[in-house]
Amino acid sequence: MANDETSRSFVTAYAKAMGISMHEIEDGIPVLTVDFSSIVEGRPGAFHGGATSGLLETAGYAALYSRLAKDGRELQLKPINITVQFLSAGKAKPSFAKARINRLGRRNANVTVEAWQDDRSRPIATAVMNILMAETSSSKE
Amino acid sequence: MASPLPDFDPKQSFALFSKHGHSGWLGLKYVDNGRDWVELELPWREDLLGEENRHVLASGPIISLLDMASGLSIWTAKKTFAPIATLDLRVDYQRPARDHSAVIGRVRCYRTTKSAAFVRGYAHDGDADDPVATMAGVFMTISRDPRHGQ
Repeated sequence: MANDETSRSFVTAYAKAMGISMHEIEDGIPVLTVDFSSIVEGRPGAFHGGATSGLLETAGYAALYSRLAKDGRELQLKPINITVQFLSAGKAKPSFAKARINRLGRRNANVTVEAWQDDRSRPIATAVMNILMAETSSSKE
Repeated sequence: MASPLPDFDPKQSFALFSKHGHSGWLGLKYVDNGRDWVELELPWREDLLGEENRHVLASGPIISLLDMASGLSIWTAKKTFAPIATLDLRVDYQRPARDHSAVIGRVRCYRTTKSAAFVRGYAHDGDADDPVATMAGVFMTISRDPRHGQ
């Protein structure tokens, strides 16, 4: 299943340990979620900015991995940079994140990601990521 | 007259912050500080890896490390523990951290205004001249030091 393929590559040990999981696939793009717990807590009762960033980043990779899998491209993703905008405090409830691929080239991709809680029209944070796509040893001739 | 509050102490405060929550989970440790900078360490850990088949720390925890060091550098520079909120954080990844390497994050608060604080920093895995990542951020000051009362 494409689904298993996708989740295997995007749920890194780090993402798994933080409690990030797949919520659903929407228009072919994974929507990820993480429950509130002490693991992601910063100020008491609120998400830590770093945890929110981790969710955004993982959702960015997930979108790209699933698109590349659909296109039959086996590439290793490496971060170039990420800029996170924090819009409001993440409260003590589940957060969700979904990315949009703005540009998919041969060697790099540009992705924007939004994270929200109850109201999708009011994101708690957004991110822009540039990602390098390197050939894996198995995909080399 | 009320006696003046002691200056914010990043070492002492971080010992409290890192007991629980996200920083505690990551196992962040205080390393050093100056008048306007703080250095923290993110220990290498098997369950924080970012790639299959490689013993390299994920990039997410590096953002957390730099975000936390940013907050501490602002409180250290301002000498008060006024609640702050991250507005914008940018991280440029120069290269992956080495296998089994802890990552050090050092952030300096180079300017504070009445309501904003500007920070710059970097992360390295042993050699500060060969950073793993560089970062820049802007934080907003939410209110006064809660120790002053309302």
